[in-house]
Amino acid sequence: MSPPIDARRLGKRFRRDWVLRDCTLTIPEGAIVGLTGANAAGKSALLSLAAGLLAPSEGSIEVLGRDPLREPAVLAEVGYVAQGAPLYRSFTVAETTEYARRTNSCWDEELVADVLTRIASRTKVGSLSAGERARLALALALGKRPRLVLLDEPFAGLDPLAGREFLQLLMDGVAETAATVVIASHVIADIERVCDHIVLLTGGGVRLEGDVEELLDSHRILMGPRRPLGSIRGVRSIVRERYSGRQLTLLVRSDGPIFDPSWTVERVGLEELLLAYMAPERMPVPVPPERLPLRWHG
Amino acid sequence: MIEFHLDPRSGVATYLQIVQQVKEALRLGTISVGDQLPTVREVVADLAINPNTVAKAYRDLEREGLVVARQGRGTFVASTLAPAASLPHYEALRAELERWLETAEGAGLDEESIRALISATLREMLARRVA
Repeated sequence: MSPPIDARRLGKRFRRDWVLRDCTLTIPEGAIVGLTGANAAGKSALLSLAAGLLAPSEGSIEVLGRDPLREPAVLAEVGYVAQGAPLYRSFTVAETTEYARRTNSCWDEELVADVLTRIASRTKVGSLSAGERARLALALALGKRPRLVLLDEPFAGLDPLAGREFLQLLMDGVAETAATVVIASHVIADIERVCDHIVLLTGGGVRLEGDVEELLDSHRILMGPRRPLGSIRGVRSIVRERYSGRQLTLLVRSDGPIFDPSWTVERVGLEELLLAYMAPERMPVPVPPERLPLRWHG
Repeated sequence: MIEFHLDPRSGVATYLQIVQQVKEALRLGTISVGDQLPTVREVVADLAINPNTVAKAYRDLEREGLVVARQGRGTFVASTLAPAASLPHYEALRAELERWLETAEGAGLDEESIRALISATLREMLARRVA
């Protein structure tokens, strides 16, 4: 089966500015992917390219094994929600779902009704709350029972309660449809709860990509007294070093157990790991991808 | 029915937290053979987590022979971790632990210090046993 998204040296340029460059990645089937990175890191461009709304300036992208521009039929299997969930404000909820039902060959009324519980169907879209509008956009994306769902900053403008509710409905939809999901968000805490795969973009390139569990298993925090750094057994590379007073804290990528008794070794949380890779202070030496189950591009 | 809770700050993978909570409930006898675990969709709706994570936890438990999945009906407890004979001991041990905790509190230890002391002592004891 073709992967949901397969990008090869993908790049996108607006006039002279590259928003995405040399981006190679494969999203595994059934994954819930957190696509993260600072603002303007290229997250929206990547989603727009996958949704067939932009043409690559270089390289290629395949969605479910097909080129979304040359074979737009594949988009019937892709649910895409753009940033801010743009919808027709003067339509009612019922008119919006009716429009979507008629323009999609496959439509799951029951699933849509589940996502829209407690929203009156005669309400105008323009007078929905931010949370309700997000749910309506989600219902439209899930209604066609897509194999791939692309969400661009779905939590922007939602309060924590509405954000949690959105996540619950999304996860329920995933349990029902077994879709692969890519959620672009610059707030790691919003996606940490659900994503099992991470794509971190910095400056338009893939900085870190991989299975969340493997990433957390292969990184450690080391704390100990300040000292000149030699090689530490079990450490492949140092991602970040921090000094405070006489204390030295390292975030390292490990390639084996670290038993050195002069270090206190701890596991690292996803948010801290990603922030360390986002910071430009020190880049680890790239390792040839064939030797690693995970890839990074520095 | 068992209800799961998540501690996102624990650094323990979500699926492992679910596995551990099922095992804990089995050890303490709060669930037993024949009891049904919540369905994947129930857990997902409750905790807003990835359904694959719940499925993975249940698969792990099934591989260990602790639960069994019945097609279209759900996942059921298949065996128990607490030997029935040791269950009465729990009450006595728990009472003893509570007395100890009160002593520790009386000595001025806060929750974090108590946890640190217990886990360090347990770790050292296990290390001695290995050595």
